[in-house]
Amino acid sequence: MATITDTKRRDFLKLAATATGGLFIGFGWSSCDSPKVKVLSTDEILAQAKNFNAYLSISPTGDVVIYSPNPELGQNIKTSFPMVVAEELDADWSKVRVLQANLDTEKYDRQLTGGSGAMPHSWERLRKAGATARHLLVAAAAKTWQVSAEEITVENGVISHKGSSKKGHFGEFVAEASTMTAPEDVKLKEKKDFKIIGTPVKNVDSKDMYTGKPLFGLDFYREGMVNAMIQRPPFGMKIKAVDESAARAVPGVSDVVVIGNSVAVVGEKTWPLMKAKKLLRVEYEPDGSVESTADHDRLFQQLLATGKADVKRKDGNVDAAFKSAAQVVTAEYQCPFLAHSPMEPENFFAHVQGDKVELVGPTQTPDRARQDTAQLLGIPPENVTVQITRLGGGFGRRLRTDFALEAAQISQATGKPVKVTWSREDELTGGAYRPAVRYRFEAALDAEGNMIGYKLRGVGMNAGNSTRENNFPSGAVDNVLIESIDHKSSITTNAWRAPITNFLAYAEQSFLDEVALAAKKDPVQFRLDLLQRAKTNPVGELGYDVDRMIGVVKTAAEKSNWGKNPDVQQGFSVYFSHRSYVAQVADIVMENNTPTLKKITAVTDCGMVINPTGANHQVRGGIVDGMGHAMYGNLTFENGLPKQRNFDTYRLIRLKEVPEIDVHYVDSGFDPTGLGEPALPPTGGAIANAIFKATGRRLRSQPFIEQKEFSDIRLEIRRA
Amino acid sequence: MANFKLRINGTDHQVDVEDDTPLLWVLRDHLGLVGTKYSCGIAQCGACTVHINGEAMFSCTLPVSSVGSDEVTTIEGLSEEGSHPVQKAWEEVDVAQCGYCQAGQIMTAAAFLRKNPKPTMEEIENAMNRNICRCGTYHKIREAVAMAAKSK
Repeated sequence: MATITDTKRRDFLKLAATATGGLFIGFGWSSCDSPKVKVLSTDEILAQAKNFNAYLSISPTGDVVIYSPNPELGQNIKTSFPMVVAEELDADWSKVRVLQANLDTEKYDRQLTGGSGAMPHSWERLRKAGATARHLLVAAAAKTWQVSAEEITVENGVISHKGSSKKGHFGEFVAEASTMTAPEDVKLKEKKDFKIIGTPVKNVDSKDMYTGKPLFGLDFYREGMVNAMIQRPPFGMKIKAVDESAARAVPGVSDVVVIGNSVAVVGEKTWPLMKAKKLLRVEYEPDGSVESTADHDRLFQQLLATGKADVKRKDGNVDAAFKSAAQVVTAEYQCPFLAHSPMEPENFFAHVQGDKVELVGPTQTPDRARQDTAQLLGIPPENVTVQITRLGGGFGRRLRTDFALEAAQISQATGKPVKVTWSREDELTGGAYRPAVRYRFEAALDAEGNMIGYKLRGVGMNAGNSTRENNFPSGAVDNVLIESIDHKSSITTNAWRAPITNFLAYAEQSFLDEVALAAKKDPVQFRLDLLQRAKTNPVGELGYDVDRMIGVVKTAAEKSNWGKNPDVQQGFSVYFSHRSYVAQVADIVMENNTPTLKKITAVTDCGMVINPTGANHQVRGGIVDGMGHAMYGNLTFENGLPKQRNFDTYRLIRLKEVPEIDVHYVDSGFDPTGLGEPALPPTGGAIANAIFKATGRRLRSQPFIEQKEFSDIRLEIRRA
Repeated sequence: MANFKLRINGTDHQVDVEDDTPLLWVLRDHLGLVGTKYSCGIAQCGACTVHINGEAMFSCTLPVSSVGSDEVTTIEGLSEEGSHPVQKAWEEVDVAQCGYCQAGQIMTAAAFLRKNPKPTMEEIENAMNRNICRCGTYHKIREAVAMAAKSK
């Protein structure tokens, strides 16, 4: 039986009541369309519903409750997962309620958000969950009506038998169906029969988001709870001395707690804590390497030249190829650190009681939060419960569990339920960043302009492997050497939307543009020639599907009118990541002698599109993200501390800085592959290549606006 | 600490707080009106946008002591049940990704359209440029504001 209607859920309801004077209690808002029918709250539905499986409960009223296990951070999983279940159930979508499931490792597998992997992983099991329940309801109807199940049809939550004209909604068969044994195997629909999948179903949290309901971790409130804010050390430093007297004297501060190298100020309300935190006097001393951006720049140069590299891939004889080359192209590309900057700063609630812990908050990895908390406190993992709130963005930052552990430690130290809130300054200075990286590319061309040798050497930080050695153009070139060097930095680094490829794709696709130019070939044709080679006579292991990549390249060229209009300066880029393929073309037009970015055309092969609205969101959002950080994103360090500490100096892209984005899909017939990340990697390259075409300036580092090659370019951006 | 009388969403409230407490934290921590969001705290991103006498303002840097008898409207008080044309347009266009910034976006749009009911696309863009959306829903925001303007 479903247990989502526990006390934690009611805390949200209670808060909603306080917030609105009791006007909007419950979740019955869909009632506005039909005021005469009493629409039950989800709690009321669940009180009478029968549970069919981990994903589904159906009530005798015909209302369907679908549990969405994976954390929702804007990738729309809370809408698209239930769509898949409802599809196979043949449910009436207007009778579906969706609930975010708590962490439950017995019911769910891979209950996390990361790597664009949720839909590919769960596609089959979601379909089976819906189809199994449908099968049972049909069997129950057949038994009740004394007809053959084969003769029964289901549409929109209504079960019908043609021969006898019998008809009934799901609810009428719930009691019977729930006593029957679920079949081991169940027939799934043909894709051509899908009615919900492939349609633009609206976000299930719309109404709550647009009326200000408490949905996010930062909105969570528990009677008796205290807040905490934390002063964390610069990277590579530890506490030498703490003078907390001034902070403690601030009215509203109840506790100051030192945990490891962090100092927490605790109190009932947030604002006094923000003030008190600034009054903490913490002296630090080195505890390892205390790094600055200038050190990293020097280190990259040195490691690229002489560092000991891990060979990630070696095909043919690279030395011989470069020796025999008619032409060699070499270039280096570098990017800075980036913060994740979700709009909702990190936060988490914890209540430690003896050897039991209750965690509530925005996490991409609820199970990791449980495991890490259990380990830290020395208790069994099953003693830790995790309630997942909606996440106000993640971008990889919420794969980590540091904020949950902080909350648990402070709760343990104070004996109170605690919500830890990070300020924006905390988010930018206490981050777990996309690390800086530098790449050196070398290409050997023969006299006909064929790429006969390709070398890539990457220097990353805490990245392990800063390359993707089996990605294009590997497989298309006879002689390849791919190497990675890793610097162990004291600065915490972490996955950032499209890890590694968020910059590698830009560097590689810009470099291939340089190589195509040197080979005197059209950049699209140059890539197609290489792909043709990989298709007919592949070299070594290929990590990508050549036909799917060719598909997006050709479609992008067609949709963007590639090379057809001499007044439009176009830049091309294509990348495979997280199981999907995305090609992009950036269009720059000279207007009044000013390069003007007018449009980005994107063609995506992500297999089947579940929800076109959600898919377009991910593609456009990924492109805006990729463009914003390529243009402006820059986090620099001085003595272990970022210099940019809020959005006044750490610049995020704004509405007027995005061009028109024209979105297309290739229907390759594959099951859904990833989409949260794959649209981001190609963007920087497409824009940089168009800027080169328009201005002759090659941008080899990000952010663009801080490069000297870009200093006298005033890039205008227009929307249709 | 001082006692402040505030008029919020048509209702009188009293709070005992320090003079410098930003309206944002009075709303969130003292009155449970958490629809108004904290994100930057320095008037850069617009997640905390509320209306003061109908004008869009950043509540994160607005000391409670400066509010006086001004009428404060938050996302919770913009309409009954989300019926404001801007909220309806947001739902129709399906604007949100993570959704965290959208209450602030809606408040900015609603104040703007009250002053300028028939805006050009350029005016819409200028008005909405003050709110950051980290997910990049900007195309949908433009579309929704334009739709709300037409639906009025």
